Amino acid sequence: MKRNIFHISNFRGLALGAAAVFMSACSGADRDEPETTAAPAADRGSTLAAVQQRGHIRCGASQGTVGFGSPDVNGYWRGIDVDTCRAVAAAVLGDRDKARFIPLTGQQRLTALQTGEIDLLPRTTTWTLLRDANGVNFTTPNFYDYTGFMLRRDKNVTELKDMKGASICIQTGSMPEVIFADISHKYELEMRPVIFDSVQATRQAFFSGRCDALITDASALASVRATLAKNPDDFIIIPANEEITPLTPAVRHGDDQWFDIVRFSIFAMLMGEQLGISQENVDEMLKSKDPTVQRFLGQEAGNGKALGLNEDWAYNIIKQVGNYSEVYDRNVGVDSPLQIERGLNRLYRDGGLMTPAPFY
Amino acid sequence: MREIFFSDLASAMTTLILAVVILTAVPQILSWAIFDSVWTGDPAACVDAGACWSFLGEKHPFILFGIYPPDERWRPLVVILLLIALALWTLPTAHWTRRTLYLWIAGVFTALLLMRGGVFGLQHVPTADWGGLPVTLLLTVLSLAISFPFAIVLALGRQSKLRIFSWASIGFIEIVRGLPLLSLLFITSIMLPLMLPEGITIDNLLRALAALTIYAAAFLAEVIRGGLQGVNTGQAEAARALGMRWVQTTRLIVLPQAIRKVIPPLTNTVVVVVKNTSLVLVIGLFDLLSAGRAALSDPDWPAPYAETYLFIAVIYFAICFGISRYSLWLEKKFEQGVQ
Repeated sequence: MKRNIFHISNFRGLALGAAAVFMSACSGADRDEPETTAAPAADRGSTLAAVQQRGHIRCGASQGTVGFGSPDVNGYWRGIDVDTCRAVAAAVLGDRDKARFIPLTGQQRLTALQTGEIDLLPRTTTWTLLRDANGVNFTTPNFYDYTGFMLRRDKNVTELKDMKGASICIQTGSMPEVIFADISHKYELEMRPVIFDSVQATRQAFFSGRCDALITDASALASVRATLAKNPDDFIIIPANEEITPLTPAVRHGDDQWFDIVRFSIFAMLMGEQLGISQENVDEMLKSKDPTVQRFLGQEAGNGKALGLNEDWAYNIIKQVGNYSEVYDRNVGVDSPLQIERGLNRLYRDGGLMTPAPFY
Repeated sequence: MREIFFSDLASAMTTLILAVVILTAVPQILSWAIFDSVWTGDPAACVDAGACWSFLGEKHPFILFGIYPPDERWRPLVVILLLIALALWTLPTAHWTRRTLYLWIAGVFTALLLMRGGVFGLQHVPTADWGGLPVTLLLTVLSLAISFPFAIVLALGRQSKLRIFSWASIGFIEIVRGLPLLSLLFITSIMLPLMLPEGITIDNLLRALAALTIYAAAFLAEVIRGGLQGVNTGQAEAARALGMRWVQTTRLIVLPQAIRKVIPPLTNTVVVVVKNTSLVLVIGLFDLLSAGRAALSDPDWPAPYAETYLFIAVIYFAICFGISRYSLWLEKKFEQGVQ
């Protein structure tokens, strides 16, 4: 789960510098404000109209992050981010399979969103200030993560302070690299980084004993422990800091209606779980007398019209994709090989951070 | 025998050390690749075993065809076979005719149409879903085909007496040669979209193709220039004395001799272009190599890296080795012609 620390403003400087050298003829390309690039769909509703006219929604995808977005052996995309995209497709077009996935690297993803190559970016992208301020809008987190260390249990480490002088396997260019530097500096731990350029190399180095600990996103650590460790109980995971990294699907600046649609598509999955509506019982629930359920499933009109969608949009999400707990369990949770605990991603009701806004 | 392996102390030592290395390594490799290996069965069978060939048994369609829709996989297969057939047809020099050129154009056009679909009742497959070996082959063929004419123009331009042409050619060639291909790929895939007018997006595959073409053009141009410089000036002077114009002289007299002279370095560049296509994985295309890496990310399997990379390496090797053997044969053939 490589998350690049790269942000757009640096990059535009570079881009324009390179433009001067390589494309001096295209002087019209200079644009100052990143915000203005947001624009093939700047006016209200144009993304929705474009998607409806095109007949499918285009989502940025990773090059294979299992559980979040990766093609299976048949080339069918699976993952929690992929299902987020399919949920929006179900809401907007009434068919979860009217979603297309465009594989992007960590560096490309924000550019692709800004230039209109994709309509939505659900791709393990951490919501940060600089990214938010520089041309994209983050809707609402579909996964909360944190950065952690994984160590062998027999090292007798229980908290950060015990890790003085430890050597740490890090993947270069990732968010944890920054966090590692920050905490090593802050607590004067004098930890030594051992840097690798790929996820696999980093993990193999850790398991072959090249370093004392492995730092990366806790969800990735959990899945590494579940899948690569011979005996998962030999390893412990401790948080690296108190920050939570909310992985958040993003849209372009400037189309508020599309922003609302994506945000409430994610909320709809959460609301489904909160109301106990699942893929299986959603048809029965249509007959429910509960006004909250009636409003949610569109039996009582209003929500769909407000978003510019059909009234059955939330029904379609639950029916075709499922509620959040189903999506979670299927992709990263108990029904998947990753076996990541719900943890922070439980509903607020159950002690987590996930909570939908009211549907009225 | 003895003179070869034990002629003096140094070579005797080398022989002994190598013998020990081979004797210890070969049984290990054999037991990994054959005796302890897993040929059939599920992921669990591969834990603590030798080579996990059953992984390739399950994943090879994905590695070869990427995320192309499974029901439509016959189409990339036909594309691969078509391109191989075209390449084989072109091998004998007797087939180097205008007709073969038209065959190639028709073949590549058919291949692209077949991949893309959307006509004749074929399901439309956007380029974002193309992957695996067809992408590698198409990128190679297209970038070489498009860059070759440019390379000739650049090479001739570099020799031009008109300053503006020679400077433009030298500038282009030196800038491109001075850049790593990776940075060219980043420029075309990340910066180019930002510089384009709003609302215009270029296909990711096209962007990669543009970068590879620019790169190949610069390198081919230098190779061809070498050939041009090797042609005796007497040849061109003789042609001019016969009343040939510059275009005729260049096309009929100078270029054929120049290109014949540089077949080995041309092949070298072609092999490099084949292997360079694997770099497109940094811009999110599922070529052969990145499809292999994506297949490896399946947590159900105990990540058989060596097996997968071997599989991919064998394919690349087959292509590159074939090309270099062919060029050797060509060289010999032309040498006979000259004598």
